[in-house]
Amino acid sequence: MRIHKGISSIIRDYQLWLMIMPAILVILIFNYIPMYGIQLAFRDYDFSKGLTGGEWRGLAYFQQFIDSYLFTDLMRNTFLISLSSIVLGFPAPIILALILNQIRRKKMKQLMQTTVYLPHFISIIVLVGMLNVLLSSETGVVGHFMKSIGLGHIQLLASTSTFIPVYVLSDIWQHCGWNSIIYLAALSSVDPQLYDAAKIDGASRWQTIRYIDFPALVPTIIILFILSMGNILSTGFEKIFLMQNSLNLPVSEVIATYVYKIGIVSSQFSLASAIGLFNTLINFVFLFAMNMISKKASNQSLF
Amino acid sequence: MGHTGWRVSGKEITFKMMLAFVCTIIFLLIAYPLYFIVIASFSDSTLVSTGKVLFFPKNISLFGYREIFQDARIWTGYRNTVFYTLFGTLVNMLFTLPAAYVLSRREFRPRRVIMFFFVVTMFFNGGLIPTYLLMKDLHLTNTIWVFIIPFSVNVFYLIIARTFFENSLPQELHEAAVMDGCSHFTFFVKVALPLSKALISVIGLYYLVGHWNDFFTALIYIRDNHLQPLQIVLRDILLSNQVFAGGAGTGGDAGGYAQRYADQIKYGVIIVSTLPILMIYPFIQKYFEKGVMIGSIKG
Repeated sequence: MRIHKGISSIIRDYQLWLMIMPAILVILIFNYIPMYGIQLAFRDYDFSKGLTGGEWRGLAYFQQFIDSYLFTDLMRNTFLISLSSIVLGFPAPIILALILNQIRRKKMKQLMQTTVYLPHFISIIVLVGMLNVLLSSETGVVGHFMKSIGLGHIQLLASTSTFIPVYVLSDIWQHCGWNSIIYLAALSSVDPQLYDAAKIDGASRWQTIRYIDFPALVPTIIILFILSMGNILSTGFEKIFLMQNSLNLPVSEVIATYVYKIGIVSSQFSLASAIGLFNTLINFVFLFAMNMISKKASNQSLF
Repeated sequence: MGHTGWRVSGKEITFKMMLAFVCTIIFLLIAYPLYFIVIASFSDSTLVSTGKVLFFPKNISLFGYREIFQDARIWTGYRNTVFYTLFGTLVNMLFTLPAAYVLSRREFRPRRVIMFFFVVTMFFNGGLIPTYLLMKDLHLTNTIWVFIIPFSVNVFYLIIARTFFENSLPQELHEAAVMDGCSHFTFFVKVALPLSKALISVIGLYYLVGHWNDFFTALIYIRDNHLQPLQIVLRDILLSNQVFAGGAGTGGDAGGYAQRYADQIKYGVIIVSTLPILMIYPFIQKYFEKGVMIGSIKG
């Protein structure tokens, strides 16, 4: 009876099934099959037997990664880069949204928004290329500026001490505006009566920011913060990879770039899978931990 | 200003001045680097490299652009990228929009299960290596298909589209259409799509920019030089400093002289490669806020 019902519903909804089938197939093949392939992290890779045919090795590849001399460096670099990205990069769009929300002239606001969203559309290659030409200590405009205020020759892109600041600040430059959209949207849904009431009470603009605008953003802030903590070990691969050079490598080698080098470049597939899985697991731990803390502290959570 | 009716007190004036000041700083910080690249790309390269060009172009020289237009690598890359972007975005839309429509139909019983099937992949994936090996097994590496098919459904955009359809197509509208003998196909093409111009613009732009700026796919899956997209060519020019097609002038012997010309070419390449995206940007910008709003509604 149930099977019969199932079949008849498929026949009835065949148009809907046809419309959703391509998406289901693409996700099944290109997302679910690789998930099944994660077991490679616990197996040898055997060219003749394919993805899952190699000998079972248990946690040997995880052990190999944890024992490797690069392990502490990789973990430290990855944590440092994403932590500084969160500490500096997370509040920036919130502050920007609060500022943009104060602009009363429509044209001005439009101009500011158009400008701050723009860098988001620049490709990572172009962005890193821009950093290279603008920050060059001999020929770049920033290099000249630093010379003129007496900071001398600093190779901003080729030094272990400036890699993280350049990475984080350029990220803020590129994405701060775009990320502020969601906060601006939240601010635009604040009940106008609140502002009227505040006005009658004689509140200053500072006070309306402090007591109306900011509280209106808190739910969004919490959700986005949990999500960003869930990505603590997934620093973007591309930008770091492109900014790497032999001089900054001691601070710029992170898990994602290492997986690429071990896996794609030197074909140690099992080890690279294990490192990748290790990374994912730590992200999960952070996501769940943050979610729990936030549930306890503010009754807000993702799940 | 006037319409808000804030009393013009001393405090208010201070606030306005602070606001204007902060906004000016932000504006300059974002806009100046972009502006500088533009003026540097057609100013005399010696003046640029010695820091003489700051606010206005000087001794206009189109050397950089002339070199770029003669460089076959750039045009091969450009052609490939235009093809991947247009064809890829078309496939993206063909796969994403109908699926989103189906997931928005409340009477479609399996939709919760299928939704879960999609959402899982947002939080969990196989990682780089299993995906890479799968592509190799399917013989997709070194083909144009790797740009088109494997990542053609972005689950996040799928959810945005589904939420949009849910909110913009009232149930009664569909019921009325069904009464008139309208099938799902016709309803989707004749009613749902024409009502979704904002959605199509936003998602289309996201996909389009994603393809245009994509460099990872080519880095991992493409070895053949003829298939390389613009971004890989840009990397060779901008970052690996292979500025001149012949391989000459990469610093070294020619030293500062060649480097200066190299820089001018770099400024020009940045403009040439980013221009198409910046040209469609103003047309779609008005939909951004709406797009993010739709996306932020929890499903």
